[in-house]
Amino acid sequence: MTDVKQEEITKVIVISSDKVLPVDAAMRIYESEFPVTVKETCFGLIVTGPAEEVLAVTEEIRKLDKNHIFVKDRGFPAGDERRCRAVRGGGPRPGFHFLREEVQMLSAIGTALDELEAKEPVKSPAKKDKLKVSELERIIEAEIAR
Amino acid sequence: MAKVFIYPVNSLILADLVERFGHKPLAVMNQVREKVTKISLDSPPINITPEDPKIGLRYAAVEVPPGVRGRMALIGPLIEDAEAAIIVSDPPTNFGCVGCNRTNELMKYLVRSKDIPILELRYPEAEEYAQEFVYKIVAFLESLPREEE
Repeated sequence: MTDVKQEEITKVIVISSDKVLPVDAAMRIYESEFPVTVKETCFGLIVTGPAEEVLAVTEEIRKLDKNHIFVKDRGFPAGDERRCRAVRGGGPRPGFHFLREEVQMLSAIGTALDELEAKEPVKSPAKKDKLKVSELERIIEAEIAR
Repeated sequence: MAKVFIYPVNSLILADLVERFGHKPLAVMNQVREKVTKISLDSPPINITPEDPKIGLRYAAVEVPPGVRGRMALIGPLIEDAEAAIIVSDPPTNFGCVGCNRTNELMKYLVRSKDIPILELRYPEAEEYAQEFVYKIVAFLESLPREEE
């Protein structure tokens, strides 16, 4: 009887943590017995393998610092020649620019998740009011008097 | 578990938050995976089946640029499946595969014309707005039904 091949999926794990480095997460997967392909990148990991295994791996990695490790699906498998920069002659891979922009915001998102977990009340950011005419006059007069 | 359509369609933050709070993100990456990992399909741009343009034609007329129809062939079925949607306006980068403004406008129009709960908010311009951004998304996700599959 032939085995039915399980559907393979790929996840991008982005690590924005002070405690966990991409190499720590990769080591955790190497130590485990999950039959998945792992690629270490500057922002985290790309994990490819059977759906069940990949989901289990991502859950395990997320537990390392759950509010500062982010996961999304990826269409292409890790090291796919159609996306791999080594084959395409360098340059950022498609999709990198948006990921880089989002990575800059991840520390703030992680902090917000920490605060949410601690059940702190929502603090709305201070709104910037328009400058009053009297205030503008005062600034101008102060500048002229200097 | 509700199926939540996200815009930008490839957003890491939105996909992660939706999954984290127990729902299923409808992101374009899964659609792309279908196109690039099926053995019967070749590499881009040859991985289009005769069915794909027909799917695209359901959302945009034949006079519309083919890029819009091609994108809608991937994204349109996601909108049809959506039970809720999160639309983030003014994302920092919107170019490359997700940079077609006509497609993005059509996508948002189709989502808004569906009778589903929609959360519309702006991408946080600075870190102090990130907290409010996250809280609004979490409140929205927690308001969605969590039926057992």
